[in-house]
Amino acid sequence: MNLDDALKTFINESRELLEQMEEALLGIEQQPDDAELINGIFRAAHTIKGSAGLFGLEQIVAFTHVAESVLDRVRDSLLVIDAELVAILLASRDHIGSLIDHLAQGETPDAATHRQGSELTERLHRYLNQTPAAARAAMPVEHAQIPERETGRVADTDNWHISLRFGREVLRNGMDPLAFLRYLGTLGRIVRIVTLTDDIPALSELDAEGCWLGFEIVFSSEADKATIESAFDFVREDSHIRILPPRSRIAEYLRLIDALPNEDMRLGEILVRCGTLTPAELDSMLEMQRQGDATEHAPIGEVLVEQKVVQEPVVEAALVRQKQIKENRNAQNASIRVDSARLDQLINLVGELIIVGSSANLIARQIAHPALLEVTYNMTRMVEEVRDSAMSLRMVQIGATFSRFQRVVHDVAQELGKDIRLEISGGETELDKTVVEKITDPLTHLVRNAMDHGIESRAQRAANGKPEQGVLRLNAWHESGSIVIEVADDGGGLNTEKIRAKAIERGLIAADAGLSEHDIHQLIFAAGFSTADAVSNLSGRGVGMDVVRSNIESLRGSVELLSQAGAGTAVRIHLPLTLAIIDGFLVGVGRERYVIPLETVEECIQFSVTELNLASGEAGYMDLRGEVLPCVRLRDVFDVRHSSATRESIVVVRHGARRVGLVVNALYGELQAVIKPLGRLFEAAQGVGGFTILGDGEVTPVIDVARLIELSAGPLHSRAGGLPAAA
Amino acid sequence: MGALVKMDNAATEVRTRQEPEQYLTFLLGGEMFAIGILVIKEIIEFGQVTEVPRMPGCVRGVINLRGAVVPVIDLSVRFGRPVTEPGRRTCIVIVETGEGEARQVIGVMVDAVSEVLEIPQADIEPAPGFGTRIRADFIAGMGKVRGRFVMILNVEQVFLIDEMAGLDTAETQVAH
Repeated sequence: MNLDDALKTFINESRELLEQMEEALLGIEQQPDDAELINGIFRAAHTIKGSAGLFGLEQIVAFTHVAESVLDRVRDSLLVIDAELVAILLASRDHIGSLIDHLAQGETPDAATHRQGSELTERLHRYLNQTPAAARAAMPVEHAQIPERETGRVADTDNWHISLRFGREVLRNGMDPLAFLRYLGTLGRIVRIVTLTDDIPALSELDAEGCWLGFEIVFSSEADKATIESAFDFVREDSHIRILPPRSRIAEYLRLIDALPNEDMRLGEILVRCGTLTPAELDSMLEMQRQGDATEHAPIGEVLVEQKVVQEPVVEAALVRQKQIKENRNAQNASIRVDSARLDQLINLVGELIIVGSSANLIARQIAHPALLEVTYNMTRMVEEVRDSAMSLRMVQIGATFSRFQRVVHDVAQELGKDIRLEISGGETELDKTVVEKITDPLTHLVRNAMDHGIESRAQRAANGKPEQGVLRLNAWHESGSIVIEVADDGGGLNTEKIRAKAIERGLIAADAGLSEHDIHQLIFAAGFSTADAVSNLSGRGVGMDVVRSNIESLRGSVELLSQAGAGTAVRIHLPLTLAIIDGFLVGVGRERYVIPLETVEECIQFSVTELNLASGEAGYMDLRGEVLPCVRLRDVFDVRHSSATRESIVVVRHGARRVGLVVNALYGELQAVIKPLGRLFEAAQGVGGFTILGDGEVTPVIDVARLIELSAGPLHSRAGGLPAAA
Repeated sequence: MGALVKMDNAATEVRTRQEPEQYLTFLLGGEMFAIGILVIKEIIEFGQVTEVPRMPGCVRGVINLRGAVVPVIDLSVRFGRPVTEPGRRTCIVIVETGEGEARQVIGVMVDAVSEVLEIPQADIEPAPGFGTRIRADFIAGMGKVRGRFVMILNVEQVFLIDEMAGLDTAETQVAH
């Protein structure tokens, strides 16, 4: 692994950790006593600091260290976590994030980042300087037990003593002993260090890739033992590490000397040289050893066991860590990261396979050879399975996207001075990764909108007899081949009259239009519609619900609004599960063929001309089981030539709440359509959402039903400026 | 729809200015035009073209080029002339324009392809400001070939996507 790769891994890991940290920080507001959450936040900060130390990223280390120290005090119950602290910690998290972003882009942080960093450091320091008494006082102070031991003579030093013997494999495993020492330096001050080279064999026997070094370190630090231990987490398994706290009993130093493989005498001297022990202390120690103090000076094996007893919390920490590593490994085994470009390529190839498969099918049917038919039938089935599993590779749960809104809700609620709780459900619902990526912006807009306009102020909620805390719900579920994402609030609902008045004012509807309440609500998705009286910082900036709608429609989805006065508003986004391959319905108009996405097709009906009030070139309507069904001839909308109206059928398509009958000449049936994107030339194409290639190799437009309905709704030829009129 | 001529796309090759460049000449409405060979991917027989509804007239439709959907431009309409009636020698020249994100493969409908020629830089005259029957900015230069002038097309200009899609012409409807 070269350093660049390692750095990339560090950046990725840190971003993930920061996300976890954010999640935990937001969670902690609800449950301030959840020790697991606090530990999680601490661990994340700690790991980032540790890894950053390995790369010598001083800035990140320095800043994270301060944050970590504050977290440590929280963990030790010396500080109580409150909204203010959470806000500072969130800001700190963002700052670490921006430092890492700068790192990822290979820049040095700019002045603004520096300023932000020092400002945050200062604020964090205020928490560090707070006396424990000021915080919750009565809590037991776990780590205060360090210096005092009950019996035995105590070495007269305020420093830690760390004895390090790196394992042979350390260098080969990609660890640099120097990096650990450098990291240790961030936890405190290395007072003195003695490098032991005794183990290095004669040159002829030397394995140059092995690590033969040992260190005796005198270390001055405020950190606790677990923290110092954790500096060596990465090499703990194959190295000998002994850490003696300040003022340990002489006997413990003796044990240290016993436990280490080096010669006793020499080690004793080293300890003196390090300044850990005074010569007098060494003498008394050696005396003790000579006396063979049975209780203290046991065989090495026993000493080790005893030592473990002494270090119980540390051992426990190590075990926990080991378990975590194991779990991580398991998780890694269960999933692998794949470059999404490769995945896209696979999907493309599956698309080609479907096209080739359907040509084979077509030919087999023409030849009508029974064995060939059976083989192609089986192949089609297999191809469908391959398609489904290939598509499922791109599926991700929406939960991760949802939880990102915890932060948005938290920040926006503070900004607005409202108390709002986010409830998430259906996070396990899966949808295509590309869809997830593109849905984030519209969702953010909807969430902000709901918080700004939907949920009332505290006072108003209280006046309306509602709980002061507003609730915002994010929910997702599958519904017949599509996914529904709902953003719901328990606010005041939409003001139907206001919308109606505004729509009339903007000329969107006629003053006497008889619209249902539901229809009026949908008007807020119309272009340039905003009911906000005052433009706030959050929404109402001109980019309104129409942008949300067009974003969603570009994903071949639709959006619908349900609102009940006084009880709240829900916006439902319907999205296709995937963008790449759809089930389609093939229809013919004249010589042309078109694919209609099957999920939009409600039914197909035959009709006689008398039933239909449809003059050529104009939209008409028909009576569908007592309901008025607006109809339009596809031939006219698409200006198809050579159309012979020998027979006509109606395909009833629905988009959202709107239903339209499309008059076509032929119905060819269902097919799997691999969607080929339109390409830049056709971006402005109207009523066409993509292309697909049929079994016979011909390219066929896929109809964008939402757009088509919109096209047919307007008077057809008055807005047909895009047609080749000039040609 | 078999490939009549298939060429290696040598767009990456660096050429010095002195070297005579190769051009593909073709007929359109009785006139001879040329396109630099480096942008040409292949030439195919005119076959099934699927019309795309509600597109400007110069966009003839789309074809299936080995699984890729490629738009076909009626060059004649693009030049403000009548629609090309497909004949026995009608071809689609597949060209690649733009780089990176803007890369676009386009099929160009022509009456007939003639030959691949080397036209030395010295034999290329700058485009006249007026007097040609197509827009002056479409012409990169006038090449002299056997005593006749051949219009060398400025490919980037002729196949300007936004213009062909009708995005920045007056006839475009107001964006909503």
